[in-house]
Amino acid sequence: MGLKENLHNLKEKYKGTKMAPAFNAIHTFLYLPNEVTHGGTHIKAADDLKRTMNTVILALVPCLIFGMFNAGYQHYAAIDGSLRADVLANFFTFDNLWIGIIKVLPLVIISYGVGLLVEFIFAVIKGHEVEEGYLVTGMLVPLIVPVDTPLWMLAVAVVFGVIIGKEVFGGTGMNILNPALTIRAFLFFAYPTWMSGDKVWVQGAVERANEIAAGSSADAISGETILGSYAQNQEVIYSTFDKFMGFIPGSVGETSTFLILLGAGFLIFTKIGSWRIILSTFIGAAVMGLIFNQVVAADIITESSKFYGLMNTVWWEHLMIGGLAFGAVYMATDPVTASQTNKGKWIYGFLIGFISIMIRVFNPAYPEGVFLAILLMNVFAPTIDHYVVQGNVTNRLKRAKVKTA
Amino acid sequence: MALLSKKDTALLTDPLADNNPITIQVLGICSALAITAELKASIVMAVSVMAVLAIGNVVISLLRNVIPSKIRIIVQLIVVAALVIIVDLVLKAFAYELSKTLSVFVGLIITNCIIMGRFEAFALGNKPWRSFLDGIGNAAGYGLILIIVGFFRELLGSGTLLGFKVLGDPIEKTGLYAIGYENNGFMLLSPMALIVVGIIIWIQRSRNTSLIEEN
Repeated sequence: MGLKENLHNLKEKYKGTKMAPAFNAIHTFLYLPNEVTHGGTHIKAADDLKRTMNTVILALVPCLIFGMFNAGYQHYAAIDGSLRADVLANFFTFDNLWIGIIKVLPLVIISYGVGLLVEFIFAVIKGHEVEEGYLVTGMLVPLIVPVDTPLWMLAVAVVFGVIIGKEVFGGTGMNILNPALTIRAFLFFAYPTWMSGDKVWVQGAVERANEIAAGSSADAISGETILGSYAQNQEVIYSTFDKFMGFIPGSVGETSTFLILLGAGFLIFTKIGSWRIILSTFIGAAVMGLIFNQVVAADIITESSKFYGLMNTVWWEHLMIGGLAFGAVYMATDPVTASQTNKGKWIYGFLIGFISIMIRVFNPAYPEGVFLAILLMNVFAPTIDHYVVQGNVTNRLKRAKVKTA
Repeated sequence: MALLSKKDTALLTDPLADNNPITIQVLGICSALAITAELKASIVMAVSVMAVLAIGNVVISLLRNVIPSKIRIIVQLIVVAALVIIVDLVLKAFAYELSKTLSVFVGLIITNCIIMGRFEAFALGNKPWRSFLDGIGNAAGYGLILIIVGFFRELLGSGTLLGFKVLGDPIEKTGLYAIGYENNGFMLLSPMALIVVGIIIWIQRSRNTSLIEEN
């Protein structure tokens, strides 16, 4: 008897009891269930919720693997700057991957373990099936946090995000806010020293700073992100190629614009991500960037201003640095929290991009404004939809009147 | 004869749980969010509101037959304002540091919806003794939630209780901090107070399902 049979028997045994949803979830997650429908005509669709979620996870895997290499690369390159001279030769090495394995994989395991545990507990209490919603959230969370985030903080944040961000509203499909971003926001406001600044983005930088403070003679590691450097009007050492390919410090999975765009292509091709949202987010960010560039060109803001560094950033560069691309492709497109109408999606995406760059420039304390912008627009998405639908109703009524008149 | 009749006891105990001004009537939320970052401030606020509400209820109840109903809100406001000024001055005289932490919120007791609500709903139609009990009971229900929220916010946000470092010293890394624990800065921000109040409401209603409103 194989595992499948065992699971099936367990499921039958516990049918109707409190634990039934737990076994059911494991069974249907791993295998096709034994039950088949009998009689009548059925519509058979392959893209159920589990399939949808798995597709998004597939689109995320390249970012995760790249992030693991990048964790190691940033660590070693911060110690020995000469490694940056030849990125390609020094990037895909086993040493880099090893740091990724010992630092990034635990984040993934904690995120999934804790999150699914909470989902299981709620399924058992509420007596419904375990929902698949956490599958994508669990993969997104480790990709949007700094690599050195302590694991217990992540666990606390995941519990908070899943319960307050999702379960209190009624579970998957009922949530107002994107759970992954709720987790990120919780971490950001609860433990700001671990989520921003110039130390957290490179593995080992915090430890090294503590050692130096304790009297060690080792060189300090600076892990300033590009956004952080611009905000302080500092020179940035990374080339455009580095920025686009993602050989830069940042949250685990957000650095490589190239791989994110590949993922975007995959999501659009499989019709799971909305191209309207992705495109309009980039357009919104570009427009805001252009406006700021014009402001600088018109000499309204001069070099003495604290906004100068980020305002003077060329508009297309804004699209590659920070988490904008990652947010636009994987976060803003969340079908539950985004706008549902096509026109609404354009407005929703545009405002995300627009507000992201605005927060980025005007509030140096939150150089990463993308997550705040998406959370804000999550709240407004139903309002946008409401007015789009109402507008459509009014238009149609007008047309109907003209015809009858 | 018992000190309090059954009806009178209910006046005291109902607002503590099943008719709590904050979690059931959802009144007085503003001050519950604003001043609960520290347990001490919560306690002082609870006591101040209790003094104002109990005395105010008695005063309004005594005056209930002479207040013209057209200007009753103004009369009530004058009574609250007078009492709040007294409380404010007492705090400034005997607990200056605390009155600075509470700052404008002592003055804002005037606008606390619980107080006007009890004046309108109870004191205007009941005798002084019962109004007094009602005032004590409602202020206790309000204070109870304030103290629970203040307890969790101070414990998790600053790692202290009433100023004592119960979890160890975050700078010298003793106690829990030695193993990497850190204070949760989110707890000190007002949105988290709203979430804590929300969790209390959630727990209360799942324990007593008759409290859940029908849609």
